[in-house]
Amino acid sequence: MNTPNIAMPGPALSSQTSVPRTVSYTQSFYWSVRREFWENRLIYLAPLGAAAVFLFGFVVNMILLRRRMHGVWPVVLISHVDPAVKHDALVLPFEMSAALIMGIALVVGIFYSLDALYGERRDRSILFWKSMPVSDLTTVLSKLAIPLVIIPVLSFAIVLVTQFIMLLLASTVLAGSGANIAALWTQQSFLRFSLELFYHMLTVHGLWYAPLYAWLLLVSAAAPRAPFVWAVLPPVVIWTVEKMAFNTTYFLSLLKVRLMGPPDPDMPRSADLMSTLIPHHFFDQPGLWAGLAVAAVFLAITVQLRRYRGPV
Amino acid sequence: MACIEARGLRKSFGKTIALDGINLRVEDGRILGIIGPNGAGKTTALNAILGLTPFQGELRVLGRDPWAERDQLMRDVCFIADVAVLPRWIRVSQALDYVAGVHPRFDRAKAEAFLARTTIRRDSKVKHLSKGMVAQLHLALVMAIDAKLLVLDEPTLGLDLLYRKQFYDSLLNDYFDRNRTIIVTTHQVEELQHVLTDLMFMDRGRIVLDCSMEEIESRYVELAVNPGQAASARALKPIYEREALGRSVMLFDRVDRQQLAALGEAHTPSIADLFVAVVGNHAAEAQGATV
Repeated sequence: MNTPNIAMPGPALSSQTSVPRTVSYTQSFYWSVRREFWENRLIYLAPLGAAAVFLFGFVVNMILLRRRMHGVWPVVLISHVDPAVKHDALVLPFEMSAALIMGIALVVGIFYSLDALYGERRDRSILFWKSMPVSDLTTVLSKLAIPLVIIPVLSFAIVLVTQFIMLLLASTVLAGSGANIAALWTQQSFLRFSLELFYHMLTVHGLWYAPLYAWLLLVSAAAPRAPFVWAVLPPVVIWTVEKMAFNTTYFLSLLKVRLMGPPDPDMPRSADLMSTLIPHHFFDQPGLWAGLAVAAVFLAITVQLRRYRGPV
Repeated sequence: MACIEARGLRKSFGKTIALDGINLRVEDGRILGIIGPNGAGKTTALNAILGLTPFQGELRVLGRDPWAERDQLMRDVCFIADVAVLPRWIRVSQALDYVAGVHPRFDRAKAEAFLARTTIRRDSKVKHLSKGMVAQLHLALVMAIDAKLLVLDEPTLGLDLLYRKQFYDSLLNDYFDRNRTIIVTTHQVEELQHVLTDLMFMDRGRIVLDCSMEEIESRYVELAVNPGQAASARALKPIYEREALGRSVMLFDRVDRQQLAALGEAHTPSIADLFVAVVGNHAAEAQGATV
């Protein structure tokens, strides 16, 4: 009775030896990134939300402005006002929108990274992901690509669209008010600002912050629980020990430089903006290369951790 | 080449020995059931086979070292490590997309055909499915993968009887053929009885029984002893004895069935009874050794 009746595979589902497709590395990387979007919708929802909130504020501001009509905007659209006033009124809202959206993107990137390799261990889904023929390296790289490439590029695109909408809105609201709308479009130097922003996104978010994100990923792969605490504690300990033992703060200043962005090459901001866009000084900085080396080490450790660590 | 070959497979966590030098050989086209109490080392053994944990000793799965060559191995090996490891946020359609995207041997049509027989909707999220439906979904994904080895670790834990039965029926009827090998661990022994071709009992990191189901039929006899013949039955050295409904029930290993039939009702033991006898004895021996 114990002999199982096993010789009856269903006719439709019996396994012919079909020639397996090949899945290229790019393909499995693409799907690994894609699944991050499914899981973490904040990646695009947060910057979109920030853009929407900002646009709403901008519209309200414009309408109030139109009502008063003695506000700053129409004044600055006359060409002979003080450049500083002009900058404040014309460029500031646009810079602010960019700063807000990029800031939100930064926060999303940080929290994403902290949870990226911890969440899958906490909910045990790592056992599902590991049952797929996707290497730990691919998984870790795809998770690193989100804060390093995807979020900056995405928020850059959102900033561009937001600023374009702001220009349209401003033109509509101010139409017929007697203000010089053409000046609005020319003063803003849309293209130059975009280039500057794109450069900033590529260098600061993509390369300068690489060791920070790699550290967060490492912690999320290693932490037995509370990855946030594990991410913050070691730097605090190092800083404290250094301060107590040697009465120095090298580590702290190192950290500060890393967080504040690359030190500005001493070039006055009023100088030709285009010249700062050429990535000459940035790539000369030893801090950049040291940071990238540290990021590579963190990554290598993270891949190994992903290999060894099971569910929490 | 056997599907799985292990020699002296060891694994310890600190002072706890999870696998105590296991020798194991699983041929292609078998359905092996691994049964053991909690902490017997079943999951550790499976993890080693799946390249999820490093180990000591020798282990080849489909001719590969699972720890060193896990990425390649996973094209030919599939596993359900536990119930409910599908990510809760994923939609059914997304799960299909993803597996189709990354797995070279996934046949989407097969998975769709299997899902069509269930009430699972494509746009549902896993967290909104019942436990049984999640198991069905996972099985649909796994069965559509043309793998050589399928490993199931407690695949039906916490499911009701209907889903459990369906699970194993699908597995046998729609998936299994003699080119594939299946390894399954479970506590629900009874339902597996007619599914398995091979049976393995584990206890405290060791294999205490490893034989085919045919072998079990020919080797083991459970005897409900006639009243008054207990002493002569006992003389044949049963490996285990218990009382049931006022009669002695004894389990014999490699004792002539004809000879036993004269002393009472002889039949093949259930896996559960065999497990209690074999593993119970092993536990008693182990305890005797430590005292």
